[in-house]
Amino acid sequence: MSSVNMTSAHGAALTSAGEVDGRSLWQDAWRRLKRNRAALASMIVLGVIAAVCLIGPYTLPWPYDAIDWDHVEAMPPNMELGHYLGTDSVGRDLLARTLVGGRVSLMVGVLATLVALFIGVTVGAIAGFIGGRVDQLLMRLVDLLYSVPLTFFVIILMVMFGRNFILMFLAIGAVEWLTMARIVRGQTLSLKSKEFIEAARASGGSTAGIILRHIVPNVLGVVIVYVTLTIPQVILLESFLSFLGLGVQEPLTSWGVLLNEGAAELEVNPQTLIVPAVFMTATLFCFNFLGDGLRDALDPKDR
Amino acid sequence: MWSYFARRLLIGIPTLLAVVLFCFFLMRLAPGGPFDGEAPVPPEVLANLRARYHLDDPLWQQFFSYLGNLLRGDFGPSFKYKDFTVTELIAQGLPVSIENGLSAIILAILIGLPLGITATLSQNSARDYAVSGLAMIGIVIPTFVTGQLLILAFGVWLKGTPFQLPAGGWNDGAFLNRILPVTVLALPFVAYIARISRASMIEALRTNFVRTARAKGLPYRTVVLRHALKSALTPVVTFLGPATAFLLTGSMVIETIFQIPGIGRYFVQGALNRDYTLVMGVTIVGAAFVIVANLIVDMLYAVLDPKVRYE
Repeated sequence: MSSVNMTSAHGAALTSAGEVDGRSLWQDAWRRLKRNRAALASMIVLGVIAAVCLIGPYTLPWPYDAIDWDHVEAMPPNMELGHYLGTDSVGRDLLARTLVGGRVSLMVGVLATLVALFIGVTVGAIAGFIGGRVDQLLMRLVDLLYSVPLTFFVIILMVMFGRNFILMFLAIGAVEWLTMARIVRGQTLSLKSKEFIEAARASGGSTAGIILRHIVPNVLGVVIVYVTLTIPQVILLESFLSFLGLGVQEPLTSWGVLLNEGAAELEVNPQTLIVPAVFMTATLFCFNFLGDGLRDALDPKDR
Repeated sequence: MWSYFARRLLIGIPTLLAVVLFCFFLMRLAPGGPFDGEAPVPPEVLANLRARYHLDDPLWQQFFSYLGNLLRGDFGPSFKYKDFTVTELIAQGLPVSIENGLSAIILAILIGLPLGITATLSQNSARDYAVSGLAMIGIVIPTFVTGQLLILAFGVWLKGTPFQLPAGGWNDGAFLNRILPVTVLALPFVAYIARISRASMIEALRTNFVRTARAKGLPYRTVVLRHALKSALTPVVTFLGPATAFLLTGSMVIETIFQIPGIGRYFVQGALNRDYTLVMGVTIVGAAFVIVANLIVDMLYAVLDPKVRYE
C-alpha cells in the first residue's frame, strides 16, 4: 500500500516539482473500485433496489397485505387493476409484497451482519491485541464453535422461542461472527507491531483506547469486504429458515417466504416465483460482485 | 503427526460435550413442550407422560442420566415417534443421508473442479465468464427453488418422455430416485468448488515453481495437472470441512422436498414437533460429523502440502 503511494507521489513530485497531494487508503481504494465496472454497476443496482424497496410500497395502488377481494386468486400482471406484476394465490399484490419482503430480507441481512461485525471485531481485536492467554481462550472458543453445525442452533432457537424478527437477526448474527473474528485477529496481529501502535502506547494510550482508535479503523478495509460477502449469505440463510416455516410471520413477508410460496406454485402461477426470485438473485449477485470488487480494491495482498 | 491427530480427536470430546450441554439446556429452558398438541392432553395423562420421560426429575439429574445413556449409544426415546428410540431413527436415517451427501460431494468435485480449472486456462475469456457466472447462479439461488424447478421439469414437463424422473419418494434408494435429490444437493457445491478452484488455480499459475516448470520446457498440460493443481487443491480441501456442515442443512431441504427418510428430515420434523430427544440426537451426530470432517481435512493438508507439518 504505502509503496504504491510513495511511487505515485514521487512521480507527481517529479512532474510538478511542487506540493504533493497525498492520497488516503480510501481514496486509493475508491479509484480502483471505480475502474471495476461490474462492482460499480452492482453498487448502483443495489442502491436502486434498496431505494425501490424503501419507497416503492408507498407509491403502489395496493398495500402489501391487502387482499383484492374481487380476484381472490393468483393473477398474471394486470395494468388496469393496478397489479403491475400480478398477484399471489390469495390475491395480494405481488410487487408490493416483493418490495416489502425486500425490506425485511435486506434488513435481516444488514442487521445480522452488523451483529456479526460487532461480535467478530470485538473478539478478534481483543484476542489479537492482548494476545497470550486471552487470545488462546478466545480462539479455542472460535475453533470449538466452528466445528458445530450452527444452523441447527438457529433452527432450534427459532422453533423454541418463536418466529421473532429480532431473534432471527440476533441468532443469525451470533453464528456468523466466527470468520470475522479470525480475519480481524490476523490483521490485528500484524498491526500490533507497527510503529504507530508503539507510538500510541508510548504516549500513554490505554489498551481499550488503542484498540478503538488505532486497531479498529485499520482493520475496517478487510472487514468491509467480508461484510459485503456476509449479507448475501444471511439473506440466503433467512430464505432457508422461511422454507422450514420459520421465517417472518404473515402477513409480513420476506424474499425467502415469497420464494418458498412461489416455488410451491411454480407450475400454475409462475410469476409468484419469478418476481421475488429476480429481485433476490439480482441483490445477491450484486453483493457478491461488489464484495469481489472491494476485495480487489482494498486487500493489500494480490495487487 | 499422529500425536497431533490424537490430540485433535481428544479435543473433539469436550466440543461434543459442550454441544450436548448447550443443546440440552437451551431446549429445556424454552417455553412450550413436546406435549402441546392441538387438543389439550388431560392432566393425568400429561403427568404420566412427563413421568415416563423423566421430565419431572431435577434438570441436572435429567442431564446426567441423558449423558450416561449417550455414552452407551442410547439417545433416549423419541417423543413423537412413540414406537422408536432416537437411536433407531438415526440408525435408519443416517446411512441414507450419508450416501446422498457423499454422492453429492463426489459429483460436485467431478464437475466443479474441471469447470474451475478450465476457466483459468483461458482467463477472462467467454468460457471463464460463463463458468464464473454459472458458479454465482449456483450460489445465489436457494436449493429449495432449484429443487422445485427440477421436480417440475423432470417430473411434470418431461412426463412420458424417457427423461422422466421420479419427483419424490425414496423407493429404497433406487438409482432413479436418487438422481434429482443428489443433483440438487450438489449444485451449490459445484458452484463453490468451481469458484474456489478457479481463484486458487489463478494464484498457483503465478507462482515461481510453475514458472520454473514451464521454463524447463514441460508441456503446459503437465505443468497444470501435475504442478499447479496440487497446490491449487488446498483451498478446495479447506472448503470440504465446512461443506459437511452445509451438507447437513442441504439435506434438510432435499429430504423435505423429495420425501427422503434421512436425518435431515427427522431434524426438521423433530424441531417443529419439539421432539427434544430426536433433535438433540441429530444435532450431536451432526456435530460429531463436522468434527471428524474437519480432522480429515487437516490430514489431507499434510498430504497435499509438504510445508505443512503437525507437531
